[in-house]
Amino acid sequence: MTESMNNQNELPESVSASSPRTHSIDISSLTRGDHQLNIENEKIALNVNDLRLSYGEKEALHGVNMKIPQKRVTAFIGPSGCGKSTLLRCFNRMNDLVDGVNIQGQVLLEDQNIYDRKVEVADLRRRVGMVFQKPNPFPKSIYENVAYGLRIQGINKKRVLDETVEWSLRSAALWDEVKDRLNDSALGLSGGQQQRLVIARTVAVKPEVLLLDEPASALDPLSTLKIEELIHQLKDDYTIVIVTHNMQQAARVSDYTAFMYMGDLVEFGDTDSLFTNPVKQQTEDYITGRYG
Amino acid sequence: MSIATHESHNQHISQQFNQSLSELRNHLLAMGGMVEKQISDAVDALINGDTELAEAVQVTENLVDDMEVLIDEECTQVIARRHPAASDLRLVMSTVKMIADLERIGDEAAKIAKMAIRLSDQGKPTNGFVEIRHIASHVSQMVNSALDSFARFDADRALEIIRKDHTVDAEYATAIRSLITVMMEDPRSISQVQNVMWVLRALERIGDHAANISEHVIFMVRGKDVRHMKIQEVEAALKDKRGK
Repeated sequence: MTESMNNQNELPESVSASSPRTHSIDISSLTRGDHQLNIENEKIALNVNDLRLSYGEKEALHGVNMKIPQKRVTAFIGPSGCGKSTLLRCFNRMNDLVDGVNIQGQVLLEDQNIYDRKVEVADLRRRVGMVFQKPNPFPKSIYENVAYGLRIQGINKKRVLDETVEWSLRSAALWDEVKDRLNDSALGLSGGQQQRLVIARTVAVKPEVLLLDEPASALDPLSTLKIEELIHQLKDDYTIVIVTHNMQQAARVSDYTAFMYMGDLVEFGDTDSLFTNPVKQQTEDYITGRYG
Repeated sequence: MSIATHESHNQHISQQFNQSLSELRNHLLAMGGMVEKQISDAVDALINGDTELAEAVQVTENLVDDMEVLIDEECTQVIARRHPAASDLRLVMSTVKMIADLERIGDEAAKIAKMAIRLSDQGKPTNGFVEIRHIASHVSQMVNSALDSFARFDADRALEIIRKDHTVDAEYATAIRSLITVMMEDPRSISQVQNVMWVLRALERIGDHAANISEHVIFMVRGKDVRHMKIQEVEAALKDKRGK
């Protein structure tokens, strides 16, 4: 009697232990369309109000209005010359350096217009970091590249620098590859490593927003995937805005996508909807590769 | 919103992509044609007691299966090579699902053919398969319209088919009730009537699959997933400019 009872008790346990379906999902919580993001429910990092930009006579942005959500990845896509890089550069005032540029409208970072006279550009660029298409490490050691931003801020304590360099390189998923040669020249790294080093250098000063201007277009597919994986990890801590020519990349990495065309923001929405059921015909034609 | 049209798939910069997608469409329509013929042959075989025709329907079944596998492969290729987006993606996804429904319609037609062979030994019932003729003509038309709505990217027409499926379901229930009466009145007819009921059941299932295909057409054209919705919800979803 006791023996058979024991057997009965053991049986379900052994079955459930070996069953691949033991993990349970609360089905009641799953409903149609639930996975989709909604900009209305997001905290906003950057608020762009009627932003117009012209290079001399030629207007490159014709009044852009958009909200960039916090701690999400927002991708800008569009054909060459559509203004996506120009718009990205407005977010940390990179365009100020261009001759004959005229900018109207507002970009609010935490309710502060970054084009306000009171705003210190150096301080803005610490808060809104940028990574470019071609990796641009300084001709210094790996360590000094990452420590550079801190040294500029007058931080020279070795312990603080060591900690920040390690943390930044870990954030950029580069630490394991370079930890034994931190004093080697950064120029000896591969393209993909250099790009991650630049990202490490950017995050070292703890920015709020990361602007990535085609960060992977000069990299091989595996380095590209590493950068994309990194973007995915970084969005827990940063607001990320990425410009990319590669639509699949935008689809892979972003939460929200903005399609731009000839200086206008044509469509902006959650990436899932934009890539499966865009609202505008122009968007449809672009992402499916049709004649525009 | 951007609604897909039957010409949407011919405007890509890549001619090869245009070609792959139009092949996909043509193959699906060819498979649909085979299935339509299977249904009408199976019903004809049944009504005329033509066992040869019934056997032919069962042979076609294998060809339909082959088509399903072929189109499935083509869809996989398009996804792997082209990373389709938006309406192209919806075309491929719907195709994968529609061929499954078409294949099931083929199965049901083969079942009817099997019953045709069985019933040919049992002789015609007194009413001459009136229920079968009636429902068969409805569901054949549904399958035809479903394929047509796919070819024309016509979501409104697809919606009509979903409405019609409700009518067919009601007619099926009525037919079954009257056949039960027949069996009660004349118990000797039970084995024959039961086979007739199997045929009706198969026809009703064909109607369901045609309605499924129509739902996939609506998704393909309008980007709205209307599966498992009440008809009023489907209508509302199609009126709405854009659904989730």
